[in-house]
This record gives sequence, structure tokens and C-alpha cells, in this order.
Amino acid sequence: MNIWLVMLLGGLITFAIRFSLIYLFGRLHIPETMRQALRYVPPAVLSAIIFPELFFHEEILDLSLDNTRLLAGLVAILVAWISRNTLITILAGMLALFVLQWLS
Amino acid sequence: MSEQSKQFWAGVRAEIPLLIGGFPFGLIYGALALNAGLSKAAAQVMSFTVFAGSAQFIAAQLVHENTPGFVIVLTIAVVNLRHMLYSASLAPYLAALPVLWKVLLSYLLTDEAYAPTILHYEKEGLTPQAHWFLLGAGGVLWLDWQLGTALGIFLGAAIPESSLLDFALPLTFIAMLVPVLRGRPAIAAALSAGVVALIAYSLPYKLGLIVAALVGILVGTLLEGKKQAGGIS
Repeated sequence: MNIWLVMLLGGLITFAIRFSLIYLFGRLHIPETMRQALRYVPPAVLSAIIFPELFFHEEILDLSLDNTRLLAGLVAILVAWISRNTLITILAGMLALFVLQWLS
Repeated sequence: MSEQSKQFWAGVRAEIPLLIGGFPFGLIYGALALNAGLSKAAAQVMSFTVFAGSAQFIAAQLVHENTPGFVIVLTIAVVNLRHMLYSASLAPYLAALPVLWKVLLSYLLTDEAYAPTILHYEKEGLTPQAHWFLLGAGGVLWLDWQLGTALGIFLGAAIPESSLLDFALPLTFIAMLVPVLRGRPAIAAALSAGVVALIAYSLPYKLGLIVAALVGILVGTLLEGKKQAGGIS
């Protein structure tokens, strides 16, 4: 699929979701189970992206201490937990990766 | 000042604290989208069409991984599905508006526009010109996000590619993930999705991401249901 088509369809679907119940007011209700399920979309999607980024090295699962991205990712999780700040987390993770790559 | 502009500027004012957080986020998006392999135009156009922070970061990451377009679109849909809750929540207040107003306000309905607007409605109730508040809040955030993206693209073009910068996007996701890990169902959702993503990594069309996300959502929802059934709050 062409990148412009992705942008267009991604935008149209996002708009349709936001417009849906404003337009269908009174004619459609969100079931309680779906409300619950929507709460778990952010943790599920984000870690489904993060895990392979940290654990796979050149398409191979790497659980060793030589996996610098995994170690730097753990540092970033700790920093994110303490600081709750996006920019500080990014900088700390990149610094950790830089130091670990230099050490190895 | 007319009631309309009073409401509009009240919306703009209520949005200011969120603009301060939104601008650097847009800037990081612009810079990282370029690094992920999007063209300058595509990175900016996504801020126009999709106009949703986390979905745009995720789409950029998926472009970087050469994910097929239909999986990117599907992922954007899953990530933004929660906006349906905002749509449901604001619907009674916007019910009497002409459809073009509904279209415009829906386009502007982000997390950051929803939050001050629902507070405004809950405090003031439904007044005839209250939709101008959402237009002010959502409109100024839109401008903030476009300008942040543009500056990010400008700066991103000047930064050379490196393995360190490559890591910035996963780090952004870590910064987004950690604050939502509240309660055991959320943590279980994250862990199960992560493990399934590793197992399903080699699925065709990068569908492992979608499978993993669905498993995580299911685990979180089931655990929450069980907790409620057991009577433990």
C-alpha cells in the first residue's frame, strides 16, 4: 500500500472513530466490556512494539548481557518510572545505550 | 465581546498548559518520523490527517520496520479506538449542532482537547455557544501540533542518522507505557502482549503486533472482570 494511501485511510478511520457516536447519538451505545477493553489498548500495543525492539537483535532473540538495547531499555523503564518525563526518559536511554556500546 | 468569542478564548486559555506539553511532543514526532524513513511531506501530512500523537509515533515506527500498509492502518485504528469513548461522552452536548460543526469538532477531538472540554461542560452545563470552547481548545492544539511537527522535521533533517537516534522511538514508547501501568490487569496486559509479540515475531505481514495487542487487551479485560466478580476492588 502506498504511503499516501496509508495516511489518508489512517486519517479517515481516526476521523470516523471520533465522529461515530457524536453522529449516532442515542442510536448506539458502547457495551461495558468494550469500555473495559479500551483501557488496555495503550499498555498492550505499546509493549507489543517495545518487546521485539529490545529483545531481538538482527532478527534473533538475544537474552544475553551483550544485548545493549535491552539493558538500556531497562534503564529507561526505571528512569521513566521515577521521572514520568518523556524527554528525560529518551535522553537517559540514549545515554545508557551510548555508555553500554562504548563498554562492550 | 460576544458570547461566541468569550467561549472560544476560554477554550484557548484552558488549553495553554496542554500546549506546553504538546509542542515538544510534536517536535520529537517530526524529528523521529524523518529518522524512521518518512519523507518530510509524509511526516507533516500525517499530522494533518491522523492528528493523534501516539498513533503517529507508532505508525512512524511501523514504517521504519517496513510494515505493510494495511497493518499500519489497522494498528492506527486499534490505537485510536479509545477516542470512541470521547465521542460518546461529548455526544449529548453536541447533539443539537448542524452536521458540519459535528464534522469539524470530531476532527479536532484529541485527548488534549477532550480533557478541558468535558470539564467545562460538567462545570457550566450545556450553554448555547459552548461548542466554541471546544473549537478554541481543539483549534489551538491543532496549530501547536502542526508547528511542533514542522519544527521537528526541520531539526530532524539536520541530525545525521545513527544507531543511537534509531533507539529514540522505542524509548518514546517506554516513556508512554510506564505511566499507564497502573494496577495488575494493566501490567498483565503489557507483559502478555510483550511475550506474545516475541513469539509471534515471525508471522507474515508483521501481524504479530496485532495478535500480541489483542491478546494483551483480552488478558487485561478478563483479569479486570475476574477481579470485579471476586468482589475485590
